[in-house]
Amino acid sequence: MNGSLQPGATARRLMLRRALGGAAVVLIAAASRRALAADAQVVIDNFTFSPTPLTVKVGTTITWVNHDDIPHSIYCPDIKLKSHALDTDDDFSYKFEQAGTFDYMCGIHPHMRGQVVVQA
Amino acid sequence: MVWTVAGGVPRSRLIGSADAATTDFTFVQISDSHLGFDKPANPNVTATLQEALNDVTALPQRPTFMIHTGDITHLSKPAQFDTAAQLCGATKLTMHTVPGEHDILEEEGKSYLNRFGAGSKGDGWYSFDANGIHFIGLVNVVNLQGNGLGNLGHEQLEWLEDDVKHLSSSTPIVVFAHVPLWIVYQDWGWGTADGAQALSYLKRFGSVTVLNGHIHQVMQKVEGHVAFHTARSTAFPQPAPGTAKGPGPMLVPAGELKQHLGIADVKLVSSKAPLAIIDTPLAG
Repeated sequence: MNGSLQPGATARRLMLRRALGGAAVVLIAAASRRALAADAQVVIDNFTFSPTPLTVKVGTTITWVNHDDIPHSIYCPDIKLKSHALDTDDDFSYKFEQAGTFDYMCGIHPHMRGQVVVQA
Repeated sequence: MVWTVAGGVPRSRLIGSADAATTDFTFVQISDSHLGFDKPANPNVTATLQEALNDVTALPQRPTFMIHTGDITHLSKPAQFDTAAQLCGATKLTMHTVPGEHDILEEEGKSYLNRFGAGSKGDGWYSFDANGIHFIGLVNVVNLQGNGLGNLGHEQLEWLEDDVKHLSSSTPIVVFAHVPLWIVYQDWGWGTADGAQALSYLKRFGSVTVLNGHIHQVMQKVEGHVAFHTARSTAFPQPAPGTAKGPGPMLVPAGELKQHLGIADVKLVSSKAPLAIIDTPLAG
């Protein structure tokens, strides 16, 4: 089982991906689904965040992955969270340390909305 | 296809039958070159920009200058700006630009302003006069609000009101900005939230032409003395409003891409009517 993925796994996955290319991406996708207890992923497809709202426990690291051919970014004014522009297949991670409901949007296309609910 | 906007009524005709009743003054609009984009919708946007510029150079009447209505680059990278400057510079035409949202992804827009912002105000807006026409370049891609629409903002609107105050009402006005100034399709953010306020300052003018990009397709609308027009991209097409899940790049059958890309050639027609705009695809 992969349910015990520790913090830092995202960085390792990234290195893996860079090292192994396309084949690794498939493995990572499978690993990510099993790792939801520890980490969570939001996918950007067709100018839409999914899943949203996403409910997680305090301390969860959420990773956004952009699958569009157009760059997007993550912008959450409440917690001053602003990612760089994510090109196709780029990702961005943020660890939620406090409970609350956080509305965010794409900083480039603000009609794209998402929500993260962090539970204590 | 030739589009002319005369007497407030847009008409289309085949390109061979264009009227010759124009003055010596023409300029060209190009848009959305997205240099750096390399996905299936167009793996070689540098080549299609070059082809568009070749069409500009080959125009029977050399345009006085060129306007680029933004998304010059795809990711605001220095190399992408450099390629744009090099290719467009080779036409030896002065280029007036406004930024698209893809041009301000780095350094809070400074990478755009450092290259193209000379003489502009705020985030890059400015005006100039040519051949008796007052040209106004507006920036509506900064500080976007939650509604997702383009945004001009208070400071720019005040500047605009002041900028046109001294002009006589018979001065032809050309406004250019990246995102359409009118609401084309709100769900995709295709419009400018405070665009109507900007247009209210231009109400008294007899001829107002608004040129935009952003939506990668030709759309036109006439309201009173105001003719709105969006240009094709030189990079890739986007779907018609609401016809796809999202406004991303549209894949078209091989061989059809160049029918969806192109340039717009704008002529001053010697009448009180708005300017004539001729959209030319790269092929078809």
